Amino acid sequence: MFNLEQYGQQIAFISDRGDQISYHDLQQIANQIGDLSLRHGLLFCLSQNTLTSVVGYVAALQNHLPVVLLDASQERTILLYLIDTYHPEYLWLPDTVASLDDYSAIFRFGDYTLLQKNTISHSFESINPQLAVCLTTSGTTGSPKLVRLSQQNLLANAQSIVEYLHLDATERPLLTLPMYYSYGMSIINSHLLVGATILLSCQTIHQPSFWSFLQNQKATSFAGVPFTYETLLKYRFFRMSLPHLKTLTQAGGKLNADIVRQFGEYAQDNDKRFIVMYGQTEASPRMAYLPYSMTIQKPSSIGIPIPGGTLEIQDESGHTIHDILKDGELIYKGDNVCLGYAQTRLDLAKGDDNHGVLHTGDIAHKDADGYFYITGRLKRFVKVWGNRCNLDTLEQQIKTITPHCACVGRDDLIVVFLTETSLQSQVLDHLSRLTHLHPSAFHVQIIREIPYLMSGKVDYSSLYKYIS
Amino acid sequence: MTTLEKYNAIFCNVLQLNEADLSNAVFKQTPLWNSIGHMSLLSALEDEFDILLEPMDMMALQSYQQGKVILSKYGIIIA
Repeated sequence: MFNLEQYGQQIAFISDRGDQISYHDLQQIANQIGDLSLRHGLLFCLSQNTLTSVVGYVAALQNHLPVVLLDASQERTILLYLIDTYHPEYLWLPDTVASLDDYSAIFRFGDYTLLQKNTISHSFESINPQLAVCLTTSGTTGSPKLVRLSQQNLLANAQSIVEYLHLDATERPLLTLPMYYSYGMSIINSHLLVGATILLSCQTIHQPSFWSFLQNQKATSFAGVPFTYETLLKYRFFRMSLPHLKTLTQAGGKLNADIVRQFGEYAQDNDKRFIVMYGQTEASPRMAYLPYSMTIQKPSSIGIPIPGGTLEIQDESGHTIHDILKDGELIYKGDNVCLGYAQTRLDLAKGDDNHGVLHTGDIAHKDADGYFYITGRLKRFVKVWGNRCNLDTLEQQIKTITPHCACVGRDDLIVVFLTETSLQSQVLDHLSRLTHLHPSAFHVQIIREIPYLMSGKVDYSSLYKYIS
Repeated sequence: MTTLEKYNAIFCNVLQLNEADLSNAVFKQTPLWNSIGHMSLLSALEDEFDILLEPMDMMALQSYQQGKVILSKYGIIIA
């Protein structure tokens, strides 16, 4: 997928463990895995932000082996469930993950091993040859639903990102977002395209070693979700001296406009760029960006479409709304729109369900200058600290405890309506354990009864009145 | 309430731990002590003891035990 050899001895990755690899050597490892003559099957890459993990991902792309990026630290029961659902022929996993029955090691690189299934079933329909990467839609609920991305999707989006961020081989992005998260993956793809040096960190911004790695390696850019930027304010980021750091990008949900403006002003005064971006995993993931010259002027906007893409607003009957400031569903068109979803192994054979059109499920409008603004959501999911949570999934989980419940929410807040006070702590406990989110993400409200519509569906709009 | 009782109550509450488990509480290893838990912990400590932590101290506070040492720099003796 990438022409890595053209960058030769330039360094592709440096990790905070101290190891590094050149573009040439990266391609050599990919070739060694290619020499194993693997059949066209599915690879699970159990990811960490380490050099050994990312080499497996790149080797899969280079050898046209479809790869599912997963969190190496997720619970084993979820991994086994996903294996049972998708029957991967191969796994790329670190020593920290216990080995699996029915699989044998066929290749080793550092602390990572490539496992091959002992008995390969030939009963599966062949995987769509266009399929390159699958990502989970929800990192938190362990849902088996995957987004199917083609090589063309990934390359189109990486190329757009290179264009609007003006990336070149001098870039040194610091990647602390997980590589199995679409935002993290897109940072890898776009920078490999230009021969940049990607700095991999397993640390968080809460650790002094993160900041020394950033400074010692002269990182030029840094990416974060809204919570990252809220935290940076608390850490008095504006007082830090980071002369090499030139670009800060933000995506993964809506950051408060006041904080956007503060970072915009900081960037302007310190010869840096602060760039707000908008995307979804389904778009590989980037769809829009706010040019940094407009950050202070339009801090609540998601900006304009990325190069190669278009955005429009549609009404309920699917007609384009041309009026400014009029709300409708945000529709994106571009070569980076995913092929579709998968829920089972058989779905991996499917073709292109979307044909370049993505119904984002976000309600938006545009202003007179053609800048877009998200004002709400059609779909029943919210982002909590950058993690996408499906409210219906959560509701189903609570229903294992009580049938009298309903979930509504906005970004960074999920409100659980219950009718029995006594269940409050049990429900919170269950949700927190299930999602790995802090209990403070959930607010329980006790009401006399859950309101229903004539249709028998929960009357969510009346519940939203409680939380606004 | 003693400062130790207040300190323990914050850790138990934010990280959903029993007192018996507090001494082993470490950032990124204790399930709820992730980024969100860390920021909640810092805010709760600042509010309870009426202090403003320096960024380096916020980051250095990586365990239940270290927290006591850090608070002592602000004149808060946990006992």
